[in-house]
Amino acid sequence: MSEHAVVGKLKGKFSSSVLEVKEFRGETTITVKKEDIVAICSYLKKDLGYNFLCDVCGVDYLGQSPRFMVVYNIYSIGTKDRIRVKVPVEESDAVVDTVSCVWSTANWLERETWDMMGISFKGHPDLRRILMPADWEGHPQRKDYPLQGPGREPYQGRLS
Amino acid sequence: MALTEKMTVNMGPQHPSTHGVLQLILELDGETVVKATPHIGFLHRGTEKLSEYRTYHQVLPLTDRLDYLAPMHNNLGYVLAVEKLLGITDSIPERAKVIRVMFAELTRIKSHLVWLACHALDIGAMTVFIYCFREREAIMNMYEKVSGARMTSNYFRVGGLSMDLPDGLEKDVRDFIDAMPGHVDTYEGLLTGNKIWQKRICGVGEISAEDAIDVGLTGPSLRGSGVDWDLRRDNPYSGYEDYDFEVSVQQGCDTWARYHVRLKEMRESCKIIRQCLDKLKPGPILADEPKIVMPPKQHVMNTIEGLIHQFKLITEGFKPEPGEIYQGVENPKGEVGFYIVSDGGPKPYRMKVRAASFVNLQALPQMVEGRLIADVVAVIGTLDIVLGEIDR
Repeated sequence: MSEHAVVGKLKGKFSSSVLEVKEFRGETTITVKKEDIVAICSYLKKDLGYNFLCDVCGVDYLGQSPRFMVVYNIYSIGTKDRIRVKVPVEESDAVVDTVSCVWSTANWLERETWDMMGISFKGHPDLRRILMPADWEGHPQRKDYPLQGPGREPYQGRLS
Repeated sequence: MALTEKMTVNMGPQHPSTHGVLQLILELDGETVVKATPHIGFLHRGTEKLSEYRTYHQVLPLTDRLDYLAPMHNNLGYVLAVEKLLGITDSIPERAKVIRVMFAELTRIKSHLVWLACHALDIGAMTVFIYCFREREAIMNMYEKVSGARMTSNYFRVGGLSMDLPDGLEKDVRDFIDAMPGHVDTYEGLLTGNKIWQKRICGVGEISAEDAIDVGLTGPSLRGSGVDWDLRRDNPYSGYEDYDFEVSVQQGCDTWARYHVRLKEMRESCKIIRQCLDKLKPGPILADEPKIVMPPKQHVMNTIEGLIHQFKLITEGFKPEPGEIYQGVENPKGEVGFYIVSDGGPKPYRMKVRAASFVNLQALPQMVEGRLIADVVAVIGTLDIVLGEIDR
């Protein structure tokens, strides 16, 4: 399968930053260094026309290093094309630069990622919890967070 | 000069026009909204967390409860995502695809009817509410006939459908779409020329195309700002490329434009459903993938293979190969996307739902700030939010 056109352009401009490119079921996932995420996103938006940010979320790969991935699903309304950019995030330094300056959409999506995964975003205008109550402790979507919630007996029935 | 003081008003979470449990903190200067801060999360049920503890088949009923006004669309998005992850998109039988599209479009009409009913009721036009719910009832009855449930349908399956259409349903659908355009005329007759309706929605909640894309609006809310984008046409799924329909776009950028977008979408949905009925040919409704699809009961009782497959699927589930995919579908409210990461196990390693209402609600502050408090109600209505989907 031929390489996605964006991959070549990103490799040309941010050669040291592209860590991995994966093709799966016709979708392209590009893993990049987290230091360059804002520059890469601005480039994708301004020069390559990826003007629409669909989604931002975190994935917890507990037991691996780096532990987290922040995933950006990006779309171009002009060319109707999707692309996915990921950045690895270490548990000891779970901070990524915000892309809310590139797409305003990222504002709430990054708040949700902070709330659920505990990855914070540097430069975010309003980084508060969004789904959980403001005084909640812990980040529920992490793999080491119990399904029943903290301080409760584990569920005795069958889960699946 | 009189001294003016800003006042903070709490709207919701128990407020009839916030369409659920949305809380808005409004800072007012007289009747003008200076700042609006939405607070959400009152209906958070942890769907994404729960899905990590269930097999792929078991996650399906959870998706009904996201956007409970358009349950079949969530089901569709989820099953398409899992099928993509498994790589079996091409083996879905034609009949299953057509029935999926038919019910997706019936669901679109159903969802838009609730939008129109509640939007009009919030603004003060009570009669439309009764008419819309009458038509919605007909669709609910069809839901009940195919799936046994009126709201949480859980009708689609990974690989096809849970069961075939019952006898007489095709006639029900045909009768419904014959009558529906006339009903839409009735709603238009009640509202479009109505001076009060016009005053309440013309020029209210304006957002330019550029701002709408920047803030991530999708669906009718985006098309009301003149952006010609519809996933059904631009990234077709489930055979949408074979249907002839128009994407409804309006240039007005206001609530009035979005009202017309949605009304036209109801008419276009009727056109698509008519094409579905003409396409509907007898045939299988489940893909020939015994390791993934639940075997028919007959098969389980009479053959050893069927029994083994059923046993394996129930106790273990199927295991997609490691990888990650994203599938977006055009929900009545906007783009609903499922991002699923598989680690090769029988349960999703991570599932993220891109909820249309969640992102659309983000546009609310910039649409109401600087406008009157009465417009807040109109803007909540026109964004067509569902809190089940926002809070997940």
